[in-house]
Amino acid sequence: MYHWDFYTVLQSFDLFLIGIWTTLLYTIGSIALGVVIGLTACFARLSRFWAVRLLARSYQELFRCTPLLVQILWAYYALPMLLGISISNTVAGLLTLSLYVGSFYAEIFRGGINAIDKGQREAAAAIGMSGVQSMRYIILPQAVKKMLPAFINQSVIQVKNTSLLYAISIAELTYMTSVVNSETYRPLEAYSLAAVMYFVMLFPLTQVADHFERRMRRSD
Amino acid sequence: MTQATISLRGLTKSFGALQVLNGIDLDLMPGEVLGVIGPSGSGKSTLIRCMNMMELPTSGSLLFKGQAISPRFRGKDGQPGMGELRKRVGMVFQHFNLFPHLTVLDNVTQGPRIVLKEDRAEAEATAHDLLAQVGLADKAQAYPSHLSGGQKQRVAIARALAMKPDVLLLDEVTSALDPELVGEVLGVIRALAGKGMTMVIVTHEMGFAADVASRVLFMEQGRIAEEGTPEDILRNPKSERLQAFLSRFHA
Ligand SMILES: Nc1ncnc2c1ncn2[C@@H]1O[C@H](COP(=O)(O)OP(=O)(O)OP(=O)(O)O)[C@@H](O)[C@H]1O
Ligand SMILES: [Mg+2]
Repeated sequence: MYHWDFYTVLQSFDLFLIGIWTTLLYTIGSIALGVVIGLTACFARLSRFWAVRLLARSYQELFRCTPLLVQILWAYYALPMLLGISISNTVAGLLTLSLYVGSFYAEIFRGGINAIDKGQREAAAAIGMSGVQSMRYIILPQAVKKMLPAFINQSVIQVKNTSLLYAISIAELTYMTSVVNSETYRPLEAYSLAAVMYFVMLFPLTQVADHFERRMRRSD
Repeated sequence: MTQATISLRGLTKSFGALQVLNGIDLDLMPGEVLGVIGPSGSGKSTLIRCMNMMELPTSGSLLFKGQAISPRFRGKDGQPGMGELRKRVGMVFQHFNLFPHLTVLDNVTQGPRIVLKEDRAEAEATAHDLLAQVGLADKAQAYPSHLSGGQKQRVAIARALAMKPDVLLLDEVTSALDPELVGEVLGVIRALAGKGMTMVIVTHEMGFAADVASRVLFMEQGRIAEEGTPEDILRNPKSERLQAFLSRFHA
């Protein structure tokens, strides 16, 4: 019978805290950057210039169709060789995570905007609104509501994806758990605890997403 | 001679290979109520949508009060653009297209506040007057989803009127309504006609066209096939096609 010993592991709680804090920083940072990138790519996809559309599309497919882990390793180990400069793991990690989530956000934003009936755009145009005004006052406020569940779900995935930064030695939760493990030789307790911590962070978020989804279905 | 509010000169419109309007010449005079009738697919909607450049003409020109309008939003080289045109030409849609995330009041004030840069108090005062005029004074704070079709369409009319347009374009604005709600919307339009509002009305309600229009166009295959007073067109149709169209209607 296995003898559970959380006490030893919990003595390294400060290491877990560092991990949680770092995970949160990378999550928030990459989501914020990802929103900016996603919005840019989304509007580029809706552009009337085909070259702009093609560029945005290529970026999206590149990041959606290759594994995030490969992207992270590539940005950290391969890109510096290609450019002949050094890239810190912080920069490589944050940038890759942001570009990755941005490619998915772009699709979510575009879906939300396209889901708005074209009559809305016409009604806005008919009272003399410009394209930008109609986007700002009529389309986006409605689209944001439709996007919210998918946006939150993608952000939940993003929290979990920060664990891949383990591969380039960024001190996020998974990496710090491995540190705890190597100090205590208690993998079962350490990784179980890590799983619980992720769960506690994410479960409320999925509930929020469900809530918005239910509310949206009601209002339709 | 007074100047036409909207003039179309040799206007054509194609969707890909399909030519929908085949050279339309038309002058809409101030105070005129123009009824547009014709079979499905004859180009009525396309015609009325060209009048505020919701559809861009393939060739030909549109003049607003004698001035050519550029098919760009802001215009070019001193020519006003379609943004300017749409401030002066209102449109009401078959499916209302109210903004569902805004209250009735905000639906009506949106244009004046954002496009005409009126301040909120001024825009809301006008909006309350207009809502009273269409019989919806008590619905200002309601959301569109809580209104009946007839109420929605009256809000849509108020929203268009809030821009103080010179012309109102109405494309089958009662077609999506339950029969018992048609009357209240037609009543509002009739009142507008009585006040001298210039309007273009695409309709399948022949009785209403006869009643409210000062001139009726019969469209067929992208052309104005016949035009005249409601009396001429609806009671004494000359062409066989128009006779056939009308008899199908009465049947
Ligand atoms: N955006 C579009 N793209 C392609 N074809 C179109 C488009 N809009 C209209 N058409 C075509 O143009 C023709 C005229 O359409 P339009 O809507 O102007 O007719 P209508 O007289 O308003 O008919 P209805 O009485 O059914 O409303 C039709 O054959 C229609 O299929
Ligand atoms: Mg039509």
